[in-house]
Amino acid sequence: MLNVGKIEEGFVLDHIKAGESMDIYEHLQLGKLDCTVAIIKNARSNKMGKKDILKVECDINQLDLDVLAFLDHNITVNVIKDGEIVHKKALVLPKMIKNVIRCKNPRCITSIEQELPHIFLLADEEKEVYRCKYCEEKGSKNL
Amino acid sequence: MKHLMSPLDFSVEELENLFKLADDIEKNPAKYASACNGKILATCFYEPSTRTRLSFESAMLRLGGQVLGFSDASNSSAAKGESVSDTIRTVSCYADICAMRHPKEGAPMVAAEKSGIPVINAGDGGHQHPTQTLTDLLTIRSLKGHLDNLTIGLCGDLKFGRTVHSLINALVRYPNVRFVFISPEELKVPDYITDMLKEKNIPYEEVIRLENVMPTLDILYMTRVQRERFFNEEDYVRLKDFYILNTEKLALASSDMLVLHPLPRVNEISVEVDSDPRAAYFKQAQYGVYVRMALILTLLNITVA
Repeated sequence: MLNVGKIEEGFVLDHIKAGESMDIYEHLQLGKLDCTVAIIKNARSNKMGKKDILKVECDINQLDLDVLAFLDHNITVNVIKDGEIVHKKALVLPKMIKNVIRCKNPRCITSIEQELPHIFLLADEEKEVYRCKYCEEKGSKNL
Repeated sequence: MKHLMSPLDFSVEELENLFKLADDIEKNPAKYASACNGKILATCFYEPSTRTRLSFESAMLRLGGQVLGFSDASNSSAAKGESVSDTIRTVSCYADICAMRHPKEGAPMVAAEKSGIPVINAGDGGHQHPTQTLTDLLTIRSLKGHLDNLTIGLCGDLKFGRTVHSLINALVRYPNVRFVFISPEELKVPDYITDMLKEKNIPYEEVIRLENVMPTLDILYMTRVQRERFFNEEDYVRLKDFYILNTEKLALASSDMLVLHPLPRVNEISVEVDSDPRAAYFKQAQYGVYVRMALILTLLNITVA
């Protein structure tokens, strides 16, 4: 059993589906942050069998985690201060996601316009449907 | 600055004001003949169109304004690889208002985001065609007297027919409207439209045969099965004659049903139908000019005393 130490301030993202921690790492753009990040793959889990965990040591206001709600709302977000869990953050679906998924409609302007961001707007909160801002094509989570 | 991307960009009240203005233009054309003196409309058409482009140009000329533009992407800097964003930034320096047609869906919205002048979506791929919708609404309002309490049949290419999608989006805002979608399986209305109707509890049915539903309709909106929307010629040839309106089928309709069509017609409405008083598609083309005149005045904030 591998032990990864406590963090003083930041987030512990728990219950990530096994093997998906690197995708989450990319989407949260953790590579751009100058902070300590622990990526734990295939940890044992009573609930899931295997799971991934991300520990991010950073100012808790530094990270926008809304995109997690779109990617996988089963992820548990523990907010850490002074080495303790101060609360479990509820994930809220973002109204807009930018450059997280790409529009797959070949007739959409995003397929040809240079440097145009792929923006999806939340069209139906209940069904978690996002549509391309430009052509209204449904977004798919298959990244 | 206001743009027109979708019929929903205008509230029902704003549309009502637009239609009242169009009514006044129809009744008093001389009053508006110099309203756009010194103003320039740019028509940026990246895909061929005769009717829409000419009706925009006619509208601006009848308002006393001037027109410049291109009618094919091969005649524009797009052929050299210029982005829509760069084109509109340049056009904003040359004109006061722009009407844009583009084969890619959402292109006019990209233009509007970067533009210094009002942009009108004059058709973007299979997505939206709001000025056709304004034309359709004005035609129905003028000839029926109201836009609520209607059963509207839409027939033909409902999958790629952008006029149909825009019209549905606009009509759902009026009370007690019901839709009947008449199309072959391959050209059914897309799921984002039916999802929206279910969400709003607006009744609709999807049928294959035109004859069966004809007596129930207040409006029959015919559309062309467009060659350019198909990936192969075989599918086009197989489906293009699927739904043809002739006098026999029209005999099943009520005496005050209106037949609308965005034009151009190929053969989906027999020429013999043209003399029937219910055939309103050429009047519709005339209303298209009035409503575009009203739109140009509204987006340029020009009022005529």
